Amino acid sequence: MSELRELYQEVILDHGKSPRNFGKPPAVTGESHGHNPLCGDTVTIYVDVADGVVTDIGFEGRGCAISMASASMMTEMLRGKSIDDVQAMFAEFHALVASTEPACEAGFETPDLDKLIVLAGVREFPMRVKCATLPWHTLRAALDGEGEEVTTE
Amino acid sequence: MNTAPARRLDPSAAAAPFDVERVRADFPILSRSVHGKPLVFLDSGASAQKPRQVIDAISQCYEAEYANIHRGVYELSAKATEAYEGARARVQRFVNARSASEIVFTKGTTEAINLVATSWGGAFLGEGDEVVLSVMEHHANIVPWQLLRERTGIVLKVVPTDERGAFPLDAYEALVGPRTRLVALTHVSNVLGTVVPIAEVVRIAHASGAKVLIDGAQGVVHQPVDVQALDADFYCFSGHKLYGPSGIGVLYGKEALLAAMPPYQGGGDMIERVTFERTTFAPPPARFEAGTPPIAGTVGLHAALDYVASFDPAAVAAHEHDLLAYATERLGALNSVRLYGTAPGKAAIVSFTMDGVHPHDIGTILDRAGVAVRVGHHCAQPLMDHFDIAGTVRASFGLYNTRGDVDRLIDGLEDVREIFG
Repeated sequence: MSELRELYQEVILDHGKSPRNFGKPPAVTGESHGHNPLCGDTVTIYVDVADGVVTDIGFEGRGCAISMASASMMTEMLRGKSIDDVQAMFAEFHALVASTEPACEAGFETPDLDKLIVLAGVREFPMRVKCATLPWHTLRAALDGEGEEVTTE
Repeated sequence: MNTAPARRLDPSAAAAPFDVERVRADFPILSRSVHGKPLVFLDSGASAQKPRQVIDAISQCYEAEYANIHRGVYELSAKATEAYEGARARVQRFVNARSASEIVFTKGTTEAINLVATSWGGAFLGEGDEVVLSVMEHHANIVPWQLLRERTGIVLKVVPTDERGAFPLDAYEALVGPRTRLVALTHVSNVLGTVVPIAEVVRIAHASGAKVLIDGAQGVVHQPVDVQALDADFYCFSGHKLYGPSGIGVLYGKEALLAAMPPYQGGGDMIERVTFERTTFAPPPARFEAGTPPIAGTVGLHAALDYVASFDPAAVAAHEHDLLAYATERLGALNSVRLYGTAPGKAAIVSFTMDGVHPHDIGTILDRAGVAVRVGHHCAQPLMDHFDIAGTVRASFGLYNTRGDVDRLIDGLEDVREIFG
């Protein structure tokens, strides 16, 4: 059960049950729909970007505790961040959850990313890494304004 | 009903009483552990595990009797050809087809359905012709017909289901009309376990002049199938759900239908005479078996059918029914669990959800408890939409499962409750 406790930490269960920023913000400059065809999970990310800065962000979707918590926690920390910051955070987050190296003890290059370290438990569950990264891939597409559906496959 | 008990009384294998511990000893993988726990395998509906008899038959093929078939004049090729055609004759007996030439080897159920959609559908269906499906079809019995619709303008009609997941014969009968050319239905729902009353389905379709294709991927596992008694026009199934290898499956088709169908793929083994001006094609089944087939796969399938036939079908049915009843009772006692698929007479497949916990999370937690289940949409997204759910947890039972396996599933669900509160 210890690895499971590591994966399903209280903060993840809390975000999974009561996701923050759930819903479409009043003003939206970009949105994208993400989908995991293997399990049917879906997420839509909405962003409002002005002068290269994320001024508002929200999401809707249906999925497992990991994907909903990842989306919720992501939206909580991105308001006020520049798009460059977001790209750097994406890269570091991806390394955090998908790497087989030990989790970084020395902290993160990008601001606030330490709040996401609770998601590092997925690295012990290779089948679940995509649940954690789907919202981030979808966010990137929303910022790029490509409008194409993102899938994990 | 849709049964032919005599079929499994195979003269080459004496029927043994059903002893689950003896059965378990035949499956080497069941002695391994997963995450430090003895494996409980409850995903036979996706693919069943293989008994030693199948594994040995495949090894023996490669070690002693392997060569390409239908080509060489040498001893090994003759042996391999004999084994390949012997497997076809075994399948013929297994489903009680009139002739071995009605048995076409495919990669699996999916390819068998695609073969019929492409070849028979392409040749004989046109704009406005109707194909009747049901909402509980696997994607493999939906998408090939959508692809055919793109090419020919056929119309798809969908039989609904009710809260219990039963197959409503009256709604089906109302959908079958003068433009219905084909009814393509699953025999047993891979999600709900619902058994479709195929004999009645066929009678109603034939009364309207429509042909019937049965997706038997699950159906052939849970009951003996007699294609003549059912009077199905096409019956498709896979080896790997029947304790045989993956990559080998079967299309049964009535001789006259297969004879009228154009080739599906072109290549070696399916021709009579090739010139650059004109090629003439071999008769069925060779016409539909272009290229070198999975030779050892057919040998493994033969061994799997012998294995299944070594049990008394009534004893197997009683065993599976006991597991289904026990699992239904224990799951039903959990307040947070909702069962999907409670039609009477269903097969040994249970699908469920738990309040407030996504199936994917349940699957991960059960896996850590050594319990393998399938979670998600089970390649049946229209059915998930019908119930307005993202997915379910599915436990499907096979010959080797026990009540103890059900207990381990329930224990794992207690872990889920402990973590999710």
